[in-house]
Amino acid sequence: MRNSKSRGRFLALCVAPAVILYFLFMILPTLNVFRMSLFERGAYSPTETFAGMANFRALMNDTKFITAMQNTILLIVTVTIITFFFAIVFAAILTREKIKGQNFFRIVFYIPNILSVVVIAGIFSAIYKPENGMLNSILSLFKGETVMVLWKDQPMVIVSVIIAMVWQAIGYYMVMYMASMSAVPESLYESAGLDGAGRLTQFFQLTLPLIWTNIRTTLTFFIISTINMAFLFVKAMVAKGMADVGLSFMYAQKDAGLYGYSMAAGVVIFLFSFLLSALVNWVTKREVLEM
Amino acid sequence: MTKEKKGTSGEALYKIFIYVVLITLAVVIIVPVAWVFLASIKQNSEFYGNPWALPAGIYWQNFVDAWNSASMGSYMLNSVLVTALSLVLLLVIALPAAYCLARFRFRGSRFLNTCFMAGLFINVNYIVVPIFLMLRDGDAWLKNLVGNGFLLNNLVVLAVVYASTALPFTIYLLSGYFATLPHDFEEAAYIDGAGYGQAMVRIIFPMAQPSIITIILFNFLSFWNEYIISMTLMSSATGQKTLPVGLLNLMQAQQSSAQYGILYAGLVLVMLPTLILYMCVQKKLTQGMTVGGLKG
Repeated sequence: MRNSKSRGRFLALCVAPAVILYFLFMILPTLNVFRMSLFERGAYSPTETFAGMANFRALMNDTKFITAMQNTILLIVTVTIITFFFAIVFAAILTREKIKGQNFFRIVFYIPNILSVVVIAGIFSAIYKPENGMLNSILSLFKGETVMVLWKDQPMVIVSVIIAMVWQAIGYYMVMYMASMSAVPESLYESAGLDGAGRLTQFFQLTLPLIWTNIRTTLTFFIISTINMAFLFVKAMVAKGMADVGLSFMYAQKDAGLYGYSMAAGVVIFLFSFLLSALVNWVTKREVLEM
Repeated sequence: MTKEKKGTSGEALYKIFIYVVLITLAVVIIVPVAWVFLASIKQNSEFYGNPWALPAGIYWQNFVDAWNSASMGSYMLNSVLVTALSLVLLLVIALPAAYCLARFRFRGSRFLNTCFMAGLFINVNYIVVPIFLMLRDGDAWLKNLVGNGFLLNNLVVLAVVYASTALPFTIYLLSGYFATLPHDFEEAAYIDGAGYGQAMVRIIFPMAQPSIITIILFNFLSFWNEYIISMTLMSSATGQKTLPVGLLNLMQAQQSSAQYGILYAGLVLVMLPTLILYMCVQKKLTQGMTVGGLKG
């Protein structure tokens, strides 16, 4: 019964559906992104004409695209630095100190991560409402006069997006670093303490080097995901065209029916993210310390 | 252990500082979420005064209006259908595939494994436009053939796309688990006369239950919350929509008509299922994120 024919049939039956769907909805569209970036495609007809590098040349002269990429870079740099700084510091505090209600804090900090970006956009529109939003009313309290900052307008709109993105990401990374920091054996800290190392020295000489591999991997992933998350946030939070990031520019070109142009933008952003993660990986390379 | 070296008052001050910082962060996260819940039972006139005022009474009408006149009820049904269907599809397709890829050596198995691994780096935001165009071309072709295109604005197709885009991560996670099991399990089943399929379904899948639960959790969250693919593939103005997209439209329309109560009731409807699920399984979720992670 268990001959090679039935084995082959079983394997084919199991693997084929996954392979077909994966090819149809992942591989083929990915190849199409690259192919279509070289073509001009009619908005309503599927006829394509070869355009060579024309789409890319036009992109390089499109000030809107340049601004969108500048916004992307600004978001990547600020969101990454703020999120990682706070996530690592809080995680170090929470794992090293005996905190009452540690579990409660862990549960609360993870909540933003399970909410849809649309929900977060809704929550933040209540926070940012100019006339009686939460943020302005708190600021008014401190200043003693009525503050009317237009958070979702220029020039504050990028700051608003940064705040929302940090709010969403910080808990997730904190919980992640807490998991890896708690793997550092207590005995190391005890002997460091006997040698007279204070909290700060312990943090920089022990904790940080020991979880460096983890930080490095997550940093690379975070940068790639920030490019995507920035798109989700801008699309849900910001009025159309107010502060585009790379991928929302791409999506806007698709809405305008400029498919080839849109895909050329996609290729540029993809290459950008690829090079950036390679660069980060190279810059953060250190000798690996083993526990 | 280092207590003796530092003054006790400095130590106490440091402890207080830590608590202040932690509580501040917790407040910053809880207050806006709780605010939305309170706002969802406020009357519309209450939105023009102090934002920190508590609701004057419980105004359920917001939910009734959101459910009926803002069609959140039917959007909710759509979301439930799409999420459930994509989860079922994903499990039915990914489980056998991951099992075979992890435990059998056959021609092309190495290649397929690498292929699915590469899929981890493909992000849907890049490929959503080609998927949309492919389905639109398909619709045009079907229109010529049978006079009716049904690929766009179709909840079933949306579920299939969701399941497909979740395949790489799911297969990666599952095969990681399947690869750790010793082969004796199947050998014993084969000797007892079980076929390949029987051994897989009766012996291996029940053992993989913890991994399967993790997969359901993570994918439920991502399918339920997703809005870019849904917005693109269900773009017809009169057609069906999933809950996040319906809510997004409501948010953009609401900026002019200022019906805040309905908007916040809609927000509550979207996040309530995820929050309830999270409360039930929070331990699993915060642990699950380190699955496939580093160091043991």
